[in-house]
Amino acid sequence: MNTAPLVSAHRALLAGWGKATPSTAELVEVDEAGLADAVKALPARGGIARGLGRSYGDPAQNSGGHVLRLVPSHDAVHIDDAAGVVTASAGVSLDDLLAVLVPRGWFVPVTPGTRFVTIGGAIASDIHGKNHHIEGSFGNHVTRLRLMLADTTVVDVGPDRDPELFWATVGGMGLTGMILDATFRLIPIETSRISVQTRRLGNLDDVMALMAESDSDFRYSVAWLDLLATGRHLGRGVLTNGEHARHDELDARAAGAPLAYVGKQLVDMPPVVPGPGVINRLSVAAFNELWFRKAPARRDGELQSIPAYFHPLDLVGDWNRVYGRRGFLQYQFVVPFEAEAALRTVIERLAAAALPIFLTVLKRFGPGNPGYLSFPTGGWTLAIDVPANRSGLSELLAGLDRIVLDAGGRHYLAKDFQTSADAIRRGYPRLDEWLAIRKRVDPAGVWASDLSRRLGLTPTA
Amino acid sequence: MQNALQEPQTIVLLGGTSEIGCAIVDELLSPAAKTLVLACRRAEEAEPGRFARPGLHVSVEQFDAADTASHDTFIRGLAAEHGDIDVAIVAFGVLGSQADFDADPQAAADAIHVNYTGAVTASLALAGQMRRQGHGHIAVLSSVAGERGRAANYVYGSSKAGLDAFAQGLADALVPAGVKVTVIRPGFVHSKMTRGMKSAPFATTPRVVGELAVKGMRAGKHTVWTPGVLRYVFSILRHVPRPVFRRLPLG
Repeated sequence: MNTAPLVSAHRALLAGWGKATPSTAELVEVDEAGLADAVKALPARGGIARGLGRSYGDPAQNSGGHVLRLVPSHDAVHIDDAAGVVTASAGVSLDDLLAVLVPRGWFVPVTPGTRFVTIGGAIASDIHGKNHHIEGSFGNHVTRLRLMLADTTVVDVGPDRDPELFWATVGGMGLTGMILDATFRLIPIETSRISVQTRRLGNLDDVMALMAESDSDFRYSVAWLDLLATGRHLGRGVLTNGEHARHDELDARAAGAPLAYVGKQLVDMPPVVPGPGVINRLSVAAFNELWFRKAPARRDGELQSIPAYFHPLDLVGDWNRVYGRRGFLQYQFVVPFEAEAALRTVIERLAAAALPIFLTVLKRFGPGNPGYLSFPTGGWTLAIDVPANRSGLSELLAGLDRIVLDAGGRHYLAKDFQTSADAIRRGYPRLDEWLAIRKRVDPAGVWASDLSRRLGLTPTA
Repeated sequence: MQNALQEPQTIVLLGGTSEIGCAIVDELLSPAAKTLVLACRRAEEAEPGRFARPGLHVSVEQFDAADTASHDTFIRGLAAEHGDIDVAIVAFGVLGSQADFDADPQAAADAIHVNYTGAVTASLALAGQMRRQGHGHIAVLSSVAGERGRAANYVYGSSKAGLDAFAQGLADALVPAGVKVTVIRPGFVHSKMTRGMKSAPFATTPRVVGELAVKGMRAGKHTVWTPGVLRYVFSILRHVPRPVFRRLPLG
């Protein structure tokens, strides 16, 4: 059936998940049939795709220009059970996909800490999950994607078809074109449960040692750290390793419906702006103490649901409101394995700064993929959330930037909203190659975002 | 584009020799800052060296607040050369002497032209640019002198009263555009503008004004009193009976 293309547009104040420093743009909702016209109508400040707005900073903002939201078509998901691959429209979320895939015995190849990301965003940020050390990032599993270029031609690319453009798009922050759909491999699962091994560890040395020793034995591995602990407790944390549970691990009741899956939000954050007193050193220290003590010192084979293990924060809708109207930023970097000393220095400085940080995640990455701007690369990655209203934060982070870069590390563009163009240039040595490919497919700089202008990824007019 | 910490990359100071304006710039500068434009009538009096730091380009531009017809072209030219204007400070103004104004009404007209008309056209030009770019923050230097007319400085005070009302309205008008306006209302500030004058109660320094202004801007305040206590002082002074107000030792 031929239907008229769907296009609607309105002026909108758009922010990233961190809610810091929003900007206004024309938000254009469009389906694939109307997309070429929407791209032709882009103004001088260009356009950028936006999915569910889960990147923390400004990559899905385009002040003074257009922001395009691709509405998925009705036949948005096609599963090939024989080949173990799925083709999904770029606007489809992992949440939508999991609801369809899990009951059929499939799992997405990579999931971040939230299900509320789109396939387009997953590729543009080349997202990683707890299985990176074994299976790499999202782009590793994509066999083909369709991309609308600045001149509205649609190209099919993959690791074996125009690999340059493919790997410039994987991690390319939407700046090579609009991803229309993608085909990627799935993980077969016997059950919808995760068998979890938990270890509570009293200091950073123990956490790092056990991670290095054990993570090759598990598909999923991540550690939560308490950055308010100091002295001999510095870097204490809880390590959780996981595997998809086999059918014979389920008890009789669960074995009856091994692939049962319910992904939903339990509660919403109230739509009020909390005062500055909600997140402070004391409240977070109390929370961290509780979180640390709540974890068993040692537990094996605990069965958890997919949402409980992978997406605990999704249980609370709009949890980002807790940081108030100044918002927050997430600082995530990776340093090579041999630069453990740099990681330790960063953690010491953060602990000494006594910031109210309760979301701190430490993970070991496996080798990176050929993506020119793909973030993951072999080494330790640390992610922290910090309220944006802390005085002295600018100097602290500038100092951490230097430590990370001197150690041969880099920052994650999907999280960044603070570092400099120079830091990105130093951290991504293949940036010039990426810029050359981008120039080939978008010489006029039609694709632009606040991030691309802030970090000099857009050709200047 | 400002980063998550609301640190601007490009700052424009209209009134490039204003001590309060420079103090606000001091507070705004961070490792994120790339371009600072000091726009002033007498370019040779600007002190770009004061702001020198690695990675920051400081540019001094000829700008005449009284030449209102040039303002829109001037702002468009800055954006064309330096890109988006993240933060602009409208800091130019003349205090003048009430005695001189009494003797020469045309001098009063000239002062009002700069303090009010020029600030309005410059702010509107900035507002237009920031609407086009979809973000930005304008700081407008008002004064407590605009809160209630006084015998000592009613020409200056009335020009600031007009500017203050204009900027408050502009702030509301720009909300849908995602552009912020903060009105800074300093009390008596020890600076070259007030040199030789008798200090008033709650007098402060450009540095303190700069600190409080930027703190207020980052907190999203529409109006910043410096020092903060003046907000409460003036909420009382506004209602003091005229014969009493006239006799108060306000400097």
